[in-house]
Amino acid sequence: MANAKSKEKNPTVVGASVPRNDVLEKVTGSATYLDDIQFGNNLLYARAVRSPHPHALIKRIDTSKAEKFPGVKAVVTGKDFPERIGLYLKDKTIFATDRVRFLGEPVAAVAAVSEEIAQKACTLVEVEYEPLEGVFDAEYGASDKAPLLHPDLGKYECVNFIFPKAGTNISNHFKIRKGNVEAAWKECAFIVDKTYKIPHIQHVPIEPHGAVAMMDQKGKVTLWASSQSPFAQRNLVAKALHISHSDLRVIAPLVGGGFGSKAGLTMEAIPVALATKLPGVPIKFILTREEEFYTNFVRQGLTIHVKVGCDKDGNLLALKNTMYWDGGASTEYGTNITRAGGYSSSGPYDIPNVETDSICVYTNHPIGGAYRGFGMSELHTGIDQAIDELAEKSGIERVKFLKQNAIAEGDIVVTGMTMHANGIQQCIDNVAKAIEFTKKEKPSTPDRLRGKGIAIMWKAPAMPPNPGSSAWVELSEDGKATVGLGGQEIGQGTFTVMAQIAAEALGVKYEDVRIAGPVDTQYSPYEWQTVASRLTWSMGNAVRLAALDARKQILDVVAEAWHETPEDLDIVNGMVVSYKSEQETPLANLVIYGLPKPNDEGWMGGPIVGRGSFMPKYVTNLDPETGQGPRAVVHYTVGCEGLDIEIEKSTGKIHVIRAGASFDVGKAINPALVKAQVEGGFVQGLSSALFEEIRLRNGVMTNPSFVDYRIATSADTAFPLDTTYVEVPQDDGPWGARGVGEHPMVPTIAALGNAIYDATGIRLDGPPFSAEKIFLAMLDAGKVE
Amino acid sequence: MSYSRITLTVNEVVETVDVPQHMTLLQMLREKLSLTGTKNGCTAGECGACTVMMNDEPVNSCMVLAAECDGANILTVEGLAKQGKLSKLQDTIIKTGGVQCGFCTPGMLISATALLKRNPHPTENEIREALVGNLCRCTGYYRIVEAVKEAAGE
Repeated sequence: MANAKSKEKNPTVVGASVPRNDVLEKVTGSATYLDDIQFGNNLLYARAVRSPHPHALIKRIDTSKAEKFPGVKAVVTGKDFPERIGLYLKDKTIFATDRVRFLGEPVAAVAAVSEEIAQKACTLVEVEYEPLEGVFDAEYGASDKAPLLHPDLGKYECVNFIFPKAGTNISNHFKIRKGNVEAAWKECAFIVDKTYKIPHIQHVPIEPHGAVAMMDQKGKVTLWASSQSPFAQRNLVAKALHISHSDLRVIAPLVGGGFGSKAGLTMEAIPVALATKLPGVPIKFILTREEEFYTNFVRQGLTIHVKVGCDKDGNLLALKNTMYWDGGASTEYGTNITRAGGYSSSGPYDIPNVETDSICVYTNHPIGGAYRGFGMSELHTGIDQAIDELAEKSGIERVKFLKQNAIAEGDIVVTGMTMHANGIQQCIDNVAKAIEFTKKEKPSTPDRLRGKGIAIMWKAPAMPPNPGSSAWVELSEDGKATVGLGGQEIGQGTFTVMAQIAAEALGVKYEDVRIAGPVDTQYSPYEWQTVASRLTWSMGNAVRLAALDARKQILDVVAEAWHETPEDLDIVNGMVVSYKSEQETPLANLVIYGLPKPNDEGWMGGPIVGRGSFMPKYVTNLDPETGQGPRAVVHYTVGCEGLDIEIEKSTGKIHVIRAGASFDVGKAINPALVKAQVEGGFVQGLSSALFEEIRLRNGVMTNPSFVDYRIATSADTAFPLDTTYVEVPQDDGPWGARGVGEHPMVPTIAALGNAIYDATGIRLDGPPFSAEKIFLAMLDAGKVE
Repeated sequence: MSYSRITLTVNEVVETVDVPQHMTLLQMLREKLSLTGTKNGCTAGECGACTVMMNDEPVNSCMVLAAECDGANILTVEGLAKQGKLSKLQDTIIKTGGVQCGFCTPGMLISATALLKRNPHPTENEIREALVGNLCRCTGYYRIVEAVKEAAGE
């Protein structure tokens, strides 16, 4: 590989905004998503019986009437599937068994010849409940007054970096104890102490969750799923149902939006459970939009208490940060969000003294799971607004304050790890310039107020220490390459980026690289999950190594045939060329059949298949009492966003005049896709800031439809958004690249909150920053009449 | 269950279909005619993923009963390209990068095509107005609006 590597030139495909390789099928309607796969006339349809109570004991379940209903083929309940499952903490079952913990929790499921019959049969399943007192607030849930939701918490299996507290509702308590916070307060000239509440929100992929399962007569199960995590789902289902991993196949077609909601394992287990009762028959389960809103993963709520102080010159000295995460009925995934919120709890600031308590609490709310940003939007909503106020108190201009305190190479971050080189200073400059942040401007009309806000962010991929990626690159008779991979195309453009990486490393044209899709665990190489903005970096490394491996195999054969050394050879646009002898031959001549030895003495070479795998090996666990350790994470992506807004005095309605976003991506493999991610992420962040909240009343979501749960529409983005990127290379990223998928929605709420404050002097305690809330706050503060 | 026999034109092809009374146009397209390009996002007329053109007007096909479509002229995403040649808008949305996950794309393309048909040179506000019923969670709409602008440019 060293030889091949030495031949690497300035990249030409990497760094180019080539068109996406999945787009022709998407604009013509021929792209295949889960519900487009044809399963024939034997297909059965599943519906779930769901808990009508947020918290209750199950006294009795009688399925006999449902089973007898014409057209019903199977009814399953929790008694057949008692195994606990979970990604980080095994605290849930496919169906509730003895107790329901949130409204909408699956209690039973029916497979029938039509959806209508399945739905009707669900109403015939008799479930007797004994309602219990619920927990609807995380801080209350963490107190000793709250009823216990998981009395067996102490017996649950979990990974060794999660710390559940048996006998409480606290399923993880992550602590940072860095420096001496109490002593540092005395040194502070200015202190801000605030509480913010960030509500639950929904991912809202336009494609609802869907899965089809079938078990063959030998007990081998195939699961087709709209999935970010085919391999993690194979692992979780295999363990839950005691199926061998090799006897479970997950096929994952294109995903119509995920944003974290299709990671891990949720509703996909239900058709599998039904399939085990009906060998040979495929069973389809697709969530309704209402189910989509609260029966699957949501973004968990957060209450954050931030106390932060600086000296008279504006240098941050101390932070005390207490976070109560409303994890919902299961925190199998949420425990790690709490951990991520903890180990990144300083935000992208250099603060010598930090005390953090990041506490994951069971409640009788929907289950919190991964959501684009994985805790960081919620955390930064608190930190960046508190810092904004602190900057104001100190009298130091915001941009100067941010730049002076932003995390820099060599700083010791909150976990004790040393920060790597990063472009946060440039990101701040880019955004400040884009919205002319330091220029105070008048509103466009006297009946409006104008303000500008800015916020910075960081985020590390949040994952276990050792999530792996693997890939293969094989060539076919035409000399073109096919890349096998296990990461998913969920809209972000990863199949395009991986084709660029393979083309660059191998030496073929981008157009001559195919992706072996759909991802199928039976044929595709292993990939942990499509989450954490990790694919460009991790899977990109695996694909690059696989392409370099194929390249080496090719060059070795040609070198032998031409009696040259591989160092003198290169592959350029699919041609093997010698810089020494100036011979050349197309890849098509040798990648399958090899090359003949001279004088009819036989053959050399053969079919070329390169393989690559990548796994970070340097991440360490942290001390459970102090959160300190050599290396908590693989790296941080940093960035900045800012908004210039006007607010109508008579209504409180916000008009965005312009906005800016800038992130350090290490290396933009495809600049157009980077910008597309930043635009989409910014708008998702803005949507969450302006409109979005799962309104929960005693555990009941009162707005589970697009009419009542509004997301940003085309009318909401009629303002210029300036997107820029910075390229400070990642030492172990392909061509220096690191991820940027989630980051653009992380600082948006805080940046908008800061802009509202600048315009009105009002600081709301949390999003959504609706016109009504702003108007009433302005009225209360006497700002308007 | 009672059925209606309807005859309609879908993407310039005349089809005769027996449809149950409660079947929606969306279900008929996807299940009876295997035209799966039109997507189901909410079954409630709120997300726009199932938008098709019915007699030159964009409609949410999940809100139209198939039985009402006797004699109708329907255009779906599969009918936008003619003889293998993409429509101008299909070309420009590829060029501007207005497609990410692609699930809203078919409905978005139909709404925008309908707009350009009734108003060949829309302003940016008119474009944004016309697409307001088509939800997209990936793109932030910028590149979609740009694609419509470019398609209208000629």
